[in-house]
Amino acid sequence: MKKAAVNRKECVACGVCAKTCPRGAITIFHGIYAVVDEKLCIGCRKCEKACPASVIGIVEREAAS
Amino acid sequence: MKKWYEYLWIFSAVYLLLGFFNILFAWIGLICFITPLLLSILGKGKIYCNTYCGRGQLFELLGGKLKLSMNRSIPAFLRSKGFRYAFLAFFLTMFIVMLFSTYMVFAGARDLKEVVTVLWTIKLPWNWTNTSMVSPWIAQFAFGFYSIMLTSTILGILTMIFFKPRSWCVYCPMGTMTQGISMLKYGKKVK
Repeated sequence: MKKAAVNRKECVACGVCAKTCPRGAITIFHGIYAVVDEKLCIGCRKCEKACPASVIGIVEREAAS
Repeated sequence: MKKWYEYLWIFSAVYLLLGFFNILFAWIGLICFITPLLLSILGKGKIYCNTYCGRGQLFELLGGKLKLSMNRSIPAFLRSKGFRYAFLAFFLTMFIVMLFSTYMVFAGARDLKEVVTVLWTIKLPWNWTNTSMVSPWIAQFAFGFYSIMLTSTILGILTMIFFKPRSWCVYCPMGTMTQGISMLKYGKKVK
């Protein structure tokens, strides 16, 4: 299973990802960076494609322990 | 059903058109400066960018729905903190220069120049509106402020075409400021 991961240092917190996410899994943390709720994210890549700064990547989830 | 704030792109489009009709409408643009700053100072983060920014919505519409964007990744240097802060500094400098011109007209040291300057160099004669009903400095501010709004719209449209629709948001000086204010307010909570 894959999930979206945000490069927080370079995120501009514009909120395009949050608007794009079909699952409502992304929120903007106090106007500083985007946070992905891993429980909701299905790794669909929509946010990755939409991010104007191109700072969202899709990564492999670590196996559930 | 769509929410009222999803139509704010109309406000941004109409604002740009009103400047052609009568330059004094440029003053309305101060809303786009004061609201985002106020909201972030009040602790609302970047809710203006995230929800209410009409310009962002306009770029989404033109670049997304109308497919005027090449949808490429923005060059890394354009999203770097260095470039974003440098662009903000440049933008603020130009803003102060504009306020100074307004003051010079207010003080009577300069005459009103009926010119809109785009991209800081190209001077467009803009003398078809009658601004005699207001003091010359009020008109001078309108010309200067509209120049800033038009210039940033042109830059935004260019980066919208070459990169992703809302590429402007990456280096928007207002966005850099609201993110900066948010970091000052909540930065300690950052993990």
